[in-house]
Amino acid sequence: MNVFTEVGRYILFMRYVFKRPERGRVFWNMLVREMNLIGIDSLVVVILIAIITGAVTTVQTASQLTSDAGVLPPSLFPMSIVGSVVGSSSVLEIAPTITCLVLAGKIGANIASEIGNMRVSEQIDAYEVMGINSIGFVSFPKILAGVIVIPMLIIVSTFLLIFGGLLAAKLTGIMTLDEFVTGLRSSFVPLYARVLMVKSYVFSFIITSLSCFQGYYTVGGALEVGEAGTKAVTKICVTILLFDLIIAKLLL
Amino acid sequence: MIQLVDLNKYFEEKHVLKNINASFLPGVANLVIGASGGGKSVMVKTMVGLEKPTHGQVLFEGQDYHNLEYEEQQILRREIGMLFQGTALFDSLTVEQNVEFPLLMFSNLSKEERMDRVNLCLSRVNLVNANKKTPAEISGGMKKRVGIARAIALNIKYLFCDEPNSGLDPLTSRVIDALLHDITKEFGITTIINSHDMKTVKDIGEHIVFVHQGQKWWEGSKDELSNAQKSNPELDAFVKASF
Repeated sequence: MNVFTEVGRYILFMRYVFKRPERGRVFWNMLVREMNLIGIDSLVVVILIAIITGAVTTVQTASQLTSDAGVLPPSLFPMSIVGSVVGSSSVLEIAPTITCLVLAGKIGANIASEIGNMRVSEQIDAYEVMGINSIGFVSFPKILAGVIVIPMLIIVSTFLLIFGGLLAAKLTGIMTLDEFVTGLRSSFVPLYARVLMVKSYVFSFIITSLSCFQGYYTVGGALEVGEAGTKAVTKICVTILLFDLIIAKLLL
Repeated sequence: MIQLVDLNKYFEEKHVLKNINASFLPGVANLVIGASGGGKSVMVKTMVGLEKPTHGQVLFEGQDYHNLEYEEQQILRREIGMLFQGTALFDSLTVEQNVEFPLLMFSNLSKEERMDRVNLCLSRVNLVNANKKTPAEISGGMKKRVGIARAIALNIKYLFCDEPNSGLDPLTSRVIDALLHDITKEFGITTIINSHDMKTVKDIGEHIVFVHQGQKWWEGSKDELSNAQKSNPELDAFVKASF
């Protein structure tokens, strides 16, 4: 199946996602359940990754600036640059992109496998025969929950990345906290926060909608359910990186 | 009454259903029989709207199902119940919640009224003390009963059953057959049962449609079956092979 056919199917799929739910109360219950599964269940992994990545970025940036291998001597760089680099890269790239690539593996595979399993066990057919818009029923709560919760996780991740950087600066003694914070403040541009939010919403939509799409069209058995998860993660990662480039080019 | 008019279905180049014309009578158990791979399941899936015909019509009381607007199709589907071959129970829900599900989605009953209806349906299929169990905790025969209870939870007009006896022992198969017969008569619904079990035909079949190699080979009442066997070698071979 070529890319154009796949994109066409995805657009047709999305047409049915946003139809009015048959029963608002059932939809609301499912939305809350999905927000819990996507948000609360992912919090620990997001916290760990953010703190560690922030610390590593700080240590490696400082190491590069103080290395004798550079074009310019290390004495020419104020150490506050480390805070500046960590702050900007966290907001612009690491928080939205790395967090979403991790969530693609966790949430994307989970959603695709769950819906794929419903498909091969005829549960999706059962919804259809009952007169339920099965695409909307299984996908809309997941997509909406993702679009609400994942940006929140990314905001938490941004603060924790910077906190991880501060922690590394403090614990390793490579610079003072004042130097780090000075660099952080000097590099802050309000536009970066807007880019962060745009990326957050776009990436969270990509993660949830592509995984629902991949799961919904699973054909076969247990093996294909597993494959649906793997394919969903691959497609999500490639699409996120593609849109990362497009958003950066358009907004910066 | 449900009618099939020149029903054709292709899967790419493969012609699976070939010009099928058949009628399914109201208030009786209509059996679609034939060997595995003959197109029975595709025919039933096309009738309930899970597959789209390549050509032809599926008429529910004269309405062409596949030419209805999406919303109209959804409304018609609420009059259809289906028992799937693999039961298709929602595995994250309990038995009680599975039967309650269609009521929750399409009725304005209160929680108490829904529970009354759930218990009525479960007792109708002789399933008691299993309300809080999940599908993984019950046997194949019990799953079929839950599937039937879920299908009749709303006041349906049409009940489709895809191989209701598959994977069941002979004794449980007869129990399910009897249940389907009783429910058909009690609720006055049009039941379409897809089966290759001649015992089912003998026990509960009233109107029979024999499908062979994607074509309707014969259609008639159970009483006419033995006469039809004499002039129809394919039907005769199928019936004899089944016993």
